[in-house]
Amino acid sequence: MKVSVDEAKCCGAGQCVLLAPEVFDQREDDGIVVLLDETPAEHLHDVVREAASVCPAAAIELSENA
Amino acid sequence: MSQGEQVLSYPIPSRTALEPPEEWAQLRQQCPVARVSLPSGDEATLITRYADVKQVLSDPRFTRALNADDAARISTNESGGVFNSEMATVLPQSGEGHQLWRRMISKWFTAKRMMALRPRIEAMADQLIDEMVRKGHPADLKASLGFPLPVWVICDMLGVPEADRDRFSHWSDALLNLTRFSQAEVDAAQAEFARYMAGHIAAKRAEPGDDLLSVLITDTDAAGAHMPDAGLVATGQGLLMAGHETTANMIGKMVAMLLADRGRWEQLLANPALVRTAVEEALRLDANPGFGMPRYITEEVEVAGTVLPRGTTVVCSMASANRDETVFDHAEDMDLGRSPNPHLAFGAGAHSCLGQALARTELQVVLEVLLRRLPTLELAVPADELRRVEGLVVGGLREVPVRW
Ligand code: HEM
Ligand code: SF4
Repeated sequence: MKVSVDEAKCCGAGQCVLLAPEVFDQREDDGIVVLLDETPAEHLHDVVREAASVCPAAAIELSENA
Repeated sequence: MSQGEQVLSYPIPSRTALEPPEEWAQLRQQCPVARVSLPSGDEATLITRYADVKQVLSDPRFTRALNADDAARISTNESGGVFNSEMATVLPQSGEGHQLWRRMISKWFTAKRMMALRPRIEAMADQLIDEMVRKGHPADLKASLGFPLPVWVICDMLGVPEADRDRFSHWSDALLNLTRFSQAEVDAAQAEFARYMAGHIAAKRAEPGDDLLSVLITDTDAAGAHMPDAGLVATGQGLLMAGHETTANMIGKMVAMLLADRGRWEQLLANPALVRTAVEEALRLDANPGFGMPRYITEEVEVAGTVLPRGTTVVCSMASANRDETVFDHAEDMDLGRSPNPHLAFGAGAHSCLGQALARTELQVVLEVLLRRLPTLELAVPADELRRVEGLVVGGLREVPVRW
C-alpha cells in the first residue's frame, strides 16, 4: 500500500493522527497533516484505510497495489 | 417534488426525542432535492442524501454568505442569529482568507494537543461526577456534567476566568436559539458578549498568559500578518460558542442513546475498548443535531441531477445523510463497533469542524469516566419521555434524568 496526502486540501482535523499515529502526524504550527510513513506495514493497512475514508477533507489517497 | 405539490416545513418535527422523522427516509429515496419552507417563511432546498450533502459541503461554490439579499432567512428573527452575526461577517468565510485564519487556530486543536489535554478533562469529569453523586439521584446529567465540562475546557483554552463562565451560557443561548429571544435581546447579548471579549483581549495584551488568545495576539499568519482586534474578538466568541453548546448537548444525547437500550451500556461495560467507535456511532445517529448547514449559491449548480438556480439557499441535513442506507449497512441500527464510520456530523471539506478532535476527546473521556464511576447508571424516565430543547441551531435534550 502506498499513501499520499494533499496538504492543500487538509483541514487539520486530526482524524488520521488519532487513528494511525504511526503513519500520520500534524505540523506544530498549523495542524496540517505530515505523512510519516508512505508505505506502512501490513498490520496498519486497515487503520490507514479507515483514516482515508473518514478524513473530512478527502486529503488522503491510497494506492493499494503499490 | 413536482410543481404545485405542498412545500414541506423545515425543520421536520419528530415524534420522539431520539428518533428521526420518517420523512427523512422518504426524501432520500424519492425527493433528494426538496423544496422546503423555513421558520421565516422563506423557501430553501433541502438535501438529504449522503453523497449530495458531502458534495455540497465540500464545494466552495456553496458559500456561507447567508446575509446575501436574496438568501433565505432562517428565522423570523431579523438578523438570522448566529449565521449572520458579526462573527460571521468579520471572520473570512471563504477561500484563502478563511484558510489563513483556520491555520492560525488549527494548531490548538491537533490530535496531539488533545491527547495532552486528556488527563485534565478527565480530572474535571471526575470532579463533576463527585458533585453529582454527592447531591444524590435522580440527577440531570445534562446540567451536572454535559454543560459544565465543555465550557470549562474551552474557557481554559481561551484563558477566560472561571468566574465569568456562567455568562457565556446566556450569550450563546441568545445567539443560537433563534426562536426564544426577541431581536432586541439577541442584539443586546451580541453587544455585551463582544464588549466582554474585547475587554478580555485587552487584558491578555497587557498581561499575556499561555492560552490560545494570548498567543494569537502576537502570532502572525502564513502571509506574515497579525490578526486585527475585530478578528481576535470574533475568534474568541466563535470558539466559545462553537465549542460549548454543540458538545454539551451531544454529551447528553450520547448518554441518553446508550441508556435507552441498556444492552448498549452493558456492552460497553464488558468491553470499554468500544468507547471510541461508540462515540462515532452516537454522532452518526444523532437524530436531533439542530438545523443542519445552510449554504447559498451565486451561480447555477447541479445536485443529484437537479439544476439549482443562482440565489438558491440550500440546507444540508447531515443527520439524514448519516442514515443513508446506501453508505451505512443497517443504517438505522446502533452498532457500537461500526468501523469505518465516515459520518458527516462534523461537516466535510474546508469548513469541517475545527474542534472535532476536542469534541471527540471530551465525548470519549465523559463516557470512559461514567462507565468507570457509575456502572449502574440508567435513565430515570422512559426514553420516550425525554424532551427536545426548542432552540433551532443546536439540538439537544432539555434534561437527561439519570439514577445509579
Ligand atoms: C459534538 C460537538 C460538535 C459538533 C457536532 C460540531 C459540528 C460542527 C459542524 C457541522 C461544523 C461545520 C460548519 C459548516 O460547514 O459551516 C463545525 C464547524 C466549526 N466547529 Fe464544530 N462541532 C462540535 C464541537 C466543536 C468544538 C468543541 C469546537 C472548538 C472550540 C468547535 C469549533 C468549530 C469551528 C471553529 C468551526 C468553523 C470551522 C470553519 O469554518 O472553518 N466545534 N462544527
Ligand atoms: S484527517 Fe484529513 S483533514 Fe484531518 S489532519 Fe488528517 S489529512 Fe488532514
